[in-house]
Amino acid sequence: MKIGALKENYEGEARVAVTPSSAGHLKKLGHEVFVESGAGVGAGFSDAAYQAAGVTVLPGAAALIGDVDVVVKVRPPAEAELRQMRRGQTLISHFWPAQNADLLELAREQGVTAIAMDMVPRISRAQKMDALSSMANIAGYRAVIEAANNFGRFFTGQVTAAGKVPPAKVLVVGAGVAGLAAIGAAVSLGAQVYAFDVRPEVAEQIESMGAEFVYLDFAETAQDGAATGGYAAPSSPEFREKQLEKFRELAPQMDIVITTALIPGRDAPKLWTADMVEAMKTGSVIVDLAAERGGNCDLTVPDERIVTENGVVVIGYTDFPSRMGAQASELYGNNIRHMLSDLTPGKDGVLVQNMEDDVIRGATVAHDGDVTWPPPPPKVAAIAAQKPREKVKELTPEERRAKEIADFRAQTRSQVTLLVGGAVAMLLVGLFAPASFLSHFIVFVLAVFVGFQVIWNVSHSLHTPLMAITNAISSIIIVGALLQIGSGGGLVVVLAALSVLMAGVNIFGGFLVTRRMLAMFQKS
Amino acid sequence: MEYGFTTAAYVVAAVLFILSLGGLSGQESAKRAVWYGIAAMALAVVATLIGPGYGNWGLTLVMLAIGGAIGWVVAKRVQMTEMPQLVAAMHSLVGLAAVLIGFNAQFELGRVLRARAADAAAQFEGFAAVLAHKTPAEIAMLKVEVALGIFIGAVTFTGSIVAFGKLAGKIDGKPRKLPGGHMLNAGAAALSLLAVILYSTTGAPVLWLVLITLLAFFIGYHLIMGIGGADMPVVVSMLNSYSGWAAAAIGFTLGNDLLIVVGALVGSSGAILSYIMCKAMNRNFVSVILGGFGGETGPAMEIEGEQVAIDADGVAAALNEADEIIIVPGYGMAVAQAQQSVSELTRKLRAKGKKVRFAIHPVAGRLPGHMNVLLAEAKVPYDIVLEMDEINEDFPNTDVVIVIGSNDIVNPAAQEDPNSPIAGMPVLEVWKAKQVFVSKRGQGTGYSGIENPLFYKENTRMFYGDAKKSLDALLPMID
Repeated sequence: MKIGALKENYEGEARVAVTPSSAGHLKKLGHEVFVESGAGVGAGFSDAAYQAAGVTVLPGAAALIGDVDVVVKVRPPAEAELRQMRRGQTLISHFWPAQNADLLELAREQGVTAIAMDMVPRISRAQKMDALSSMANIAGYRAVIEAANNFGRFFTGQVTAAGKVPPAKVLVVGAGVAGLAAIGAAVSLGAQVYAFDVRPEVAEQIESMGAEFVYLDFAETAQDGAATGGYAAPSSPEFREKQLEKFRELAPQMDIVITTALIPGRDAPKLWTADMVEAMKTGSVIVDLAAERGGNCDLTVPDERIVTENGVVVIGYTDFPSRMGAQASELYGNNIRHMLSDLTPGKDGVLVQNMEDDVIRGATVAHDGDVTWPPPPPKVAAIAAQKPREKVKELTPEERRAKEIADFRAQTRSQVTLLVGGAVAMLLVGLFAPASFLSHFIVFVLAVFVGFQVIWNVSHSLHTPLMAITNAISSIIIVGALLQIGSGGGLVVVLAALSVLMAGVNIFGGFLVTRRMLAMFQKS
Repeated sequence: MEYGFTTAAYVVAAVLFILSLGGLSGQESAKRAVWYGIAAMALAVVATLIGPGYGNWGLTLVMLAIGGAIGWVVAKRVQMTEMPQLVAAMHSLVGLAAVLIGFNAQFELGRVLRARAADAAAQFEGFAAVLAHKTPAEIAMLKVEVALGIFIGAVTFTGSIVAFGKLAGKIDGKPRKLPGGHMLNAGAAALSLLAVILYSTTGAPVLWLVLITLLAFFIGYHLIMGIGGADMPVVVSMLNSYSGWAAAAIGFTLGNDLLIVVGALVGSSGAILSYIMCKAMNRNFVSVILGGFGGETGPAMEIEGEQVAIDADGVAAALNEADEIIIVPGYGMAVAQAQQSVSELTRKLRAKGKKVRFAIHPVAGRLPGHMNVLLAEAKVPYDIVLEMDEINEDFPNTDVVIVIGSNDIVNPAAQEDPNSPIAGMPVLEVWKAKQVFVSKRGQGTGYSGIENPLFYKENTRMFYGDAKKSLDALLPMID
């Protein structure tokens, strides 16, 4: 198959769907790779670099679309581009079928197979082609960089001869992929990071990235991320009120606010209201990653950076991934390549549109003159259902003290019971057993105690040698055989001799093996 | 020679034996400890040989020479990976010896009693002379001791043989019980008790003794057959303990303090070791001994997702980039004899300045400390081989974890799924590392037969194939 990457014609878009390195992988799948001349310029890949990787460079979009079987792109196609495509061709790009109904209808008319990178289901197997995640990761990182660029202070706290610098306080709202990436970047710059999410199960992920989870005391049954494929779902009005109240409380303390809250298929929820912006300090920065869908902040203007009256910068850019064009193209190129490798199961350059496959079915929005969106729910759920977790109760010092005393009492009681029971048993034995037995019995009991005490100290790594050496030592039974071998008749001697033989095997074998083992332990 | 000299020699031997066990608290002192053990054993044997009432020197020396030669050859030849089987097999010898000595005691007793009935002034030699001085009460006690020694010895014998078979792979590792299960064991035990009472009170004593032996043989066989392969470490150390108790019981029979002391030492040390291991697996000691995992409380958590495979290139690339690496070996490493390759991999990675460490779960392998021994054999320095408690907190800061042939000990279900049969067992938290590679032969489950959610996690990649071949393929790619 011939695969061709178009030059993005969207204003300011720097990404490209195929990079020289991903082209190499595509060729291994048996495909021929083409790019439109100048497609990689924004991301830093010259035509020459493509040619060096064995890619054919074609001038102009029309020539490319005319020549190839599969067109790959980053942004959704322009109408003009789609009209140039012919029946049976495949298009792989972002598509946003929910928002672009006209485009979808056009794709159906043209008979084009359209695979939407934004519709890849969120299951483990499809992670390698999940362009939303890979782009969100970049957006989250870049959001912090933009914030830092607009923030006139350090992120990290310092104590210098010229005075003390407090660390910047960053609040990340929404801990999806972008939010977690932002937390990671902000933490590594040295900021104090707080994060909020409506899904309480992400608290652990937030903490693992080094941020503090903003805990909301709310009795509503917790949202289960598993039911919505790992995305957040809309929350109740009461919950929202409680949430905004918490944000109002936090707003005056925060230097940087990064909002990433999105609910699939809806406008972005308004979470950072105008009065919160007003309450913030002069010089604070808000980065709204949801700007494309209306923004989480009331004041966000998509694609613009505005400064409010009280000196708060609100950044509403929508092209964060494109701002890191080279990196974004690498990752997107890999997403595309993995998608194509799933589409080429034989690695023989033949595309198989397997509509039984969850991933391919989910991502295909138009096929064979038919609209195939929305897809049926995937057979495999994205994430295992959350098990309710038991909370370990914190004990107060008094309770702990009481527990210690109770434990001690219980221990004493069981020990005393055992001792008394043992003593009574011993006395009973003493009543009936002969004196000679008891004198041996003392030795026996003492030896048992010595054994207990000695073994507790043996280190774990030496347990196998311990076993081997106790095995060797247990052949002390040879003494018994030796005592009998000199007494009595034929059968006794034979049996005793056999015992000596077996014990002999054990003595030599046991000690030798132990020595072999121990000789191997050495320090580096 | 005087009786006092022998006893004095026994005292020295007993002290040396205690030092020998105690010396295993450290790797360096352990090397000395073995010599204490050898010296003690030699002293005990020599003291007995020159002790009172001894005869038959020639036969003894011949038997000892043959046995020693066999032991020597076996110990020289055995592979380190076969160590668990060897130890189990040797336990069976001690058990059988205890049975034989017990029977001898009964034969001698019978002879002495018959002779005494015929002629009160008859002269006896050796062991028989000791018996001849016994009062009727002492003889009754003696009979109980003999029966006990034979019973424990016989259980040890068949139990060790079954354990050997399971460890060597000659018997299927799955728990297997005859219909009737524990009731059968309990019945046999009750019958044995009855037989012991009959033996010590009625005539035809040898017959009862044979019955006890057969019942004990059955109990040993059935008990261990009912225990799954994953629990074999506990079983081996338990049998070790039994062989000690058998020796102690024989010591009572023969009135020999050294036997009592050493038997008790071995018995209690084996019991403690089993207990430590059960604790490491968070298992009830009694339920392990009686076989099976105990009742399950509900359906296991469903695992969704799939296992993602990776090839040697991918693993090598990740290793070349990683700074902190932890290797988690398991029984699979022993089976594939991969310890040399692991050692070579470790050497190469360390030479590149990476921090490589080993995390050893207390029950990894089929013997406690099994992995330590194998890694030591492959010359992995023991100061980078760490125990679970020492290293478990470091996983979140680790770039790459390589799991080689272990399964249950890295199973997150132990923490996440309260219905899992291994729920609550402490496990190595490898899934907290950035990346986990699992070297494994195929998609099968571990010894306990439990599905492992680790293999389905997002940061886990499955590196299928024989552990040794996989690692050997990896080695040239580490640069």
